[in-house]
Amino acid sequence: MTVMGAPVASSAPAATPRGSAIQAAAARGIASRPSLSAPTRALFTRRGWAAFVVALVVVTVVLPAANLALPAGHPLHVPDWFVTLAGKIMCYAIVALAMDLIWGFAGILSLGHGLFFALGGYAMGMYLMRSIGREGVYASDLPDFMVFLDWKAYPWYWSFTDHFWYAALLVVLVPGVLAFVFGWFAFRSRIKGVYFSIITQALTYAFMLLFFRNDTGFGGNNGFTDFKRILGFPIAAPETRATLFALTGLALFGALLVGRFVVTSKLGRVLAAIRDAESRVMFCGYNPVHYKLFVWTLSAVMCGIAGALYVPQVGIINPGEMSPANSIEIAIWTAVGGRGTLVGGIVGALLVNGAKSWFTVAFPEFWLFFLGFLFIAVTVFLPGGVVSLFRRRS
Amino acid sequence: MPIAAMLRRIVLFVTLAAAAGGAGAALPADTVRELAFGDNDAKIKAIHDLAATAPDGALALLEALAADEVKTSGESTVLVVRGGKVVDAATGAAISPLPEPLDDIVVNNRVRRELASAMAALKLASPDRAVRLAAAKALQAGADEGVLPAIERAAAGETDAEIRELLTVSGASIRLGSPDKEVRITAIRALADSTSPATRTLLIGLLAKKGDVWAEPDGDVRAEADKSLRAIEGRFATGELLARVFSGLSLGSILLLAALGLAITYGLMGVINMAHGELIMIGAYATYVVQNLFRQYAPGLFDAYLLAALPVAFMASALVGMAMERTVIRFLYGRPLETLLATWGLSLILIQAMRTIFGAQNVQVENPAWMSGGLTMIEGAVLPWSRIVIIGFAFAVLGLVYVLLNRTRLGLFVRGVTQNRSMASALGVPTGRVDMLAFGLGSGIAGLAGCALSQIGNVGPDLGQSYIVDSFMVVVLGGVGQLAGTVVAGLGLGVVNKFLEAWSGAVLAKIIVLVFIIVFIQKRPQGLFALKGRMADG
Repeated sequence: MTVMGAPVASSAPAATPRGSAIQAAAARGIASRPSLSAPTRALFTRRGWAAFVVALVVVTVVLPAANLALPAGHPLHVPDWFVTLAGKIMCYAIVALAMDLIWGFAGILSLGHGLFFALGGYAMGMYLMRSIGREGVYASDLPDFMVFLDWKAYPWYWSFTDHFWYAALLVVLVPGVLAFVFGWFAFRSRIKGVYFSIITQALTYAFMLLFFRNDTGFGGNNGFTDFKRILGFPIAAPETRATLFALTGLALFGALLVGRFVVTSKLGRVLAAIRDAESRVMFCGYNPVHYKLFVWTLSAVMCGIAGALYVPQVGIINPGEMSPANSIEIAIWTAVGGRGTLVGGIVGALLVNGAKSWFTVAFPEFWLFFLGFLFIAVTVFLPGGVVSLFRRRS
Repeated sequence: MPIAAMLRRIVLFVTLAAAAGGAGAALPADTVRELAFGDNDAKIKAIHDLAATAPDGALALLEALAADEVKTSGESTVLVVRGGKVVDAATGAAISPLPEPLDDIVVNNRVRRELASAMAALKLASPDRAVRLAAAKALQAGADEGVLPAIERAAAGETDAEIRELLTVSGASIRLGSPDKEVRITAIRALADSTSPATRTLLIGLLAKKGDVWAEPDGDVRAEADKSLRAIEGRFATGELLARVFSGLSLGSILLLAALGLAITYGLMGVINMAHGELIMIGAYATYVVQNLFRQYAPGLFDAYLLAALPVAFMASALVGMAMERTVIRFLYGRPLETLLATWGLSLILIQAMRTIFGAQNVQVENPAWMSGGLTMIEGAVLPWSRIVIIGFAFAVLGLVYVLLNRTRLGLFVRGVTQNRSMASALGVPTGRVDMLAFGLGSGIAGLAGCALSQIGNVGPDLGQSYIVDSFMVVVLGGVGQLAGTVVAGLGLGVVNKFLEAWSGAVLAKIIVLVFIIVFIQKRPQGLFALKGRMADG
């Protein structure tokens, strides 16, 4: 017991027989699902590296170039709408990857990842709002919504947000610190499984209500929109958009590398062990809190960065992003692609959001039916996700 | 003597007949003349006379005067000219040809004010409650001693409590203007029993000090006013407290209803059913359908539709729930996170299905007549019947669940299967069927909750979404698998929420409660009520 670390030893709860039955069942469920890839020492295989480099070049160089350099009529021209859509979906892919990191590798299902995404977006949005300058409807130094509320000065938490570097720091720190504090309390109390999912849901719900208030100082219902420029560049210009797209691609592949690095490290193996048999890991002398907390915070920071890249490309951020429904949708991206693979998260986000874009144009009334069936079909028939289909074939 | 009495009766009869014969003929000619030709003081006195004696046609004449339809001609003729028709103001007899020239009557602001309060005083005799209420409210704004007799007469004969209350306050506030100290003190004593906020304002006004001068010069009267004010404020505070506790209980009973079904499906069976809110929504729509059927085929029995809707809502949600259990959830037992996602998918499908069938707009569910209105408590705090019924209903459903789980064979099986599935199976319990029935029971209770909620809120496809977070909070806070915990958590959250609302506003209250639950779960992950045990794996 002395090896385990004081917090864990002292907070071991007297569990209810029934509660433990549920959780024991959960552990069985994890053990019995199709085997997830065992972490290997190398980041990627040789073929994996080749695919990684090709995809990276395509996303960060070829596609933006094909959008900017080729004329509109050219058969290889990439239209502007595609750049915006693909940029948006890549942001989602980062979130799905972050989700896979904690759900697939640490067995923690968060239903609050939309919150970290939105917080990163709001941090970037504050900078974007301030760089509008006096071009708002009321031609004031303050954003329009503050003029509307008859505020005379920025509240304290808006200070320094006119500096890009500070906003970028907030993008990382706000989701990171929130996740760290929340995770520290939750993991220390050994809250896991469904309990953890439900309280993360309550967390994002509480934040959504908070941000819906006008007095909170983030634009209430409407959130932030009508951005004009970023770092001095006009935000709607094709060049800016193509650059943002390439940056998002870089961030996505960077996140993939970091994720691979984490899960192939020793830490990753401890995480997988915690996922499959937490008590056994504790009895072996590890303190699971540190491992979980690290990967949980890392995942939240990734979401924050994704949100920060999302806002300038989509042009709006509002509290709807924090709704519990949004966060659950993130989980389904990861589940569709395949948990415990990292690449699966990316694939899932692309597939589901691609389908969403198509459905909401072609058959808007069937989108929810499709999404609903997807949730059921993946969990019941395809627990390994789409990626597992290809793996079996090869 | 009998002859004299008989004579008197005959005279009375003749007078009455004459009054009935010519419309407005009963107006005394002197008063009408004073009204038309007198100076302002005489006009006001005439108006007071008309208000106090209230002869037939007085109201019509005053209204005509206010509308500048009363004209004079020559030295003594008073006419009402309306839409080309001319009648004599006192007798009501039609006059043609139109006498020339016609003169307007000057009505200045002072007279106009008196006119307004006199008209309001006369309207107090109207058989229509709405007219009387409006008149009583108009009199609150300002009336003087002239209409006091009319007000007091009306207050004595008034049957409606709200109007009587308004009239008493108006009467008292007129008396407070009296130069006689005793009259003022009597008026203040009468106000002590009042329950209207206007009284409080009135008394506070008396106790105010403008510079060095008291609004009420006499110390005795002020002391009396202070006493009355304290009595009123004390009752106000109690009333407010009671009203808040009640609305907290009401919210708590709604949370309880929404969470009771979940206490079975999640608490006992361990199934994370994110579609629980949608089962509530189905119950509400079932109520809507039953309501429409009653309206169309049995309008006479409309007030009883709710009784018929209860079993229908229960069955509709129970059937949908059982279908969900057999087709999806049973493949996912023991995998709670996957169950969560799959049932979320089910909820999306159910929402979209309802949108397709009933449209995306909210539908109208009407309360039966016996549920509208409310129980008036002291101090004007009205408890709506619909809320009272729902509090009672929540406890009735709670009793039903308790009996079903603890006193029936099905309940025994459910508890057996959830505690030790393989042992129950070995003893011959058909575990698959028990799962289905237990899930159906939990779902059916969600349907009952939907039926109740349809009576107090909007019914739309998104109805369930707003309850899902709340109901999980209640179950988790109360302790998984504990009915008592669910009850305490539901009612407690409701009351706490309402008290916080008064202090911080609705949205912040909700956020505070959520944060409180998150912190609470950190301290006691097993909830308020937990079975004692020792396990390494919690």
